[in-house]
Amino acid sequence: MLDWLQNIGKKSLRGFESTGRAAMFFVAVVRGMDVALIRFRLTLREIYSVGVLSIVIITVSGLFVGMVLGLQGYVNFAKFNAEESLGIFVALSLVRELGPVVTGLLYAGRAGSALTAEIGLMKTTEQLASMEMMAVDPIRRIIAPRFLAGIISMPLLAAIFSAVGIFGGYFVGVGLLGVDSGSYWSQMQANVDFSGDIVNGVIKSVVFGIACNWIALYQGYDAIPTAEGVSRATTKTVVHSALAVLGLDFVLTALMFGDI
Amino acid sequence: MTDTDIHISSEPLVEIRDLYFSRGELPIFKGLSLDIRRGQVTGFMGPSGTGKTTLLKLVGGQLKPSDGKVYIQGQDVNAISRASLFELRKRMGMLFQSGALLTDLNVYENVAFPLREHTKLPEQIIRDLVLMKLEAVGLRGARKLMPSQLSGGMARRVALARAIVLDPMMIMYDEPFTGLDPITKGTIVTLIKQLNNVLGLTSVIVSHDVEETLSIADYIYVISDGEIVESGTPASLRKSSSEWVQQFLNGYPDGPAPFHYPAPEYIQDLLAGR
Repeated sequence: MLDWLQNIGKKSLRGFESTGRAAMFFVAVVRGMDVALIRFRLTLREIYSVGVLSIVIITVSGLFVGMVLGLQGYVNFAKFNAEESLGIFVALSLVRELGPVVTGLLYAGRAGSALTAEIGLMKTTEQLASMEMMAVDPIRRIIAPRFLAGIISMPLLAAIFSAVGIFGGYFVGVGLLGVDSGSYWSQMQANVDFSGDIVNGVIKSVVFGIACNWIALYQGYDAIPTAEGVSRATTKTVVHSALAVLGLDFVLTALMFGDI
Repeated sequence: MTDTDIHISSEPLVEIRDLYFSRGELPIFKGLSLDIRRGQVTGFMGPSGTGKTTLLKLVGGQLKPSDGKVYIQGQDVNAISRASLFELRKRMGMLFQSGALLTDLNVYENVAFPLREHTKLPEQIIRDLVLMKLEAVGLRGARKLMPSQLSGGMARRVALARAIVLDPMMIMYDEPFTGLDPITKGTIVTLIKQLNNVLGLTSVIVSHDVEETLSIADYIYVISDGEIVESGTPASLRKSSSEWVQQFLNGYPDGPAPFHYPAPEYIQDLLAGR
């Protein structure tokens, strides 16, 4: 019983400690952002590796999600003879929710895990330590550019996801199931609000970008420098990012669209 | 201790005073005090796990001691600001055991890395400096290779070129001879000696390779269990009366440092399984 209590105490203390370290890490990264901004070429390289290289998976997933939305939407709207509203349904689902959320989840799996493994291995192979001994701050030189690159990439990826998804819905709804092309687009244009829907979607993806990259980079930087430690950190990145994205999505949705 | 050594006259660059450090519950250093003298090759020897690498990290300010001081050129490494610590580190090179080259840059860019980070030199001068340092370690022809294409010895030589590219006043070698073939080992030994003499460096070598260290060090500290067991010139060390030092230098399997990890009586242990 006493052991059990002691265990709970130990675990929660460790949790608090880790949260504190993560918060300090975040502050250090934000304060070390100068190099990433001044030498923007460093950031561009990272945008290529976390953003550009993620485009394929984002495009393919977006296409299929859009196609499924088109199909499901059509089947259900047809019951009420409301097929013309398919465009609104597909666009709003993607722009408000699925675009940012699924992009966040895919980003965590594709780019977040890679970031954690990269930083963790740099730590394991003493590259970070050697950089410190060369009087180069790894947070400024390595972490901050990646963080900034992730935050820039995420909304762009989410936008690509939504755009491709809308075409996927068009392809299934208009191309295969015979919804009128004009009403698909005009209904969408008439009912999707720029500031209410699109901007809120972009805000969501920026927040997810901050969360996912913070988690991924922190886990890599804080990893125990062994093969096992890096593998555990990578797993944690994917799990924590997924939970963070879904949890934050609920909070943001409630704030933006909930009227609470 | 033979304090009448010839080299003792030169002033210390690094002074360590009453250093205490522990990892978790395990004490690594218990009141260590020593000097590293300017212009010399100082060797630290001792069995694996005695905290030799930890000592280098304490000197470099990467770890903080639980008590005691580390002075470099009279500056207390743990009391100065992060900016001054970084200024100090620009003048210290460190050679990690693995080389610790940046894996996403090729050999040339690895050596150029400190120059690009700390100076605004034009490309032509960076190129000249990098090629000079690569020439010094004999790898000018390997400048286009990636770290993954290098052998262990080559990686260490590239790391050495990188460590001297800013012309430091001191360079610290962490196990520079471990895991190398005899030829490469000989190359590294010669390089360390040459660099020390030609560039007027102060060198610190942490190693458990007895012959190599004795052959180039001017002064040696033998460390075990967080304390200095013996110190002196290589010649005086060989004549040491300490049984432990003799065992270490000659590699006897048993002696004051026992062959067996502490365990219950052998017979009892075997019978206990029945």
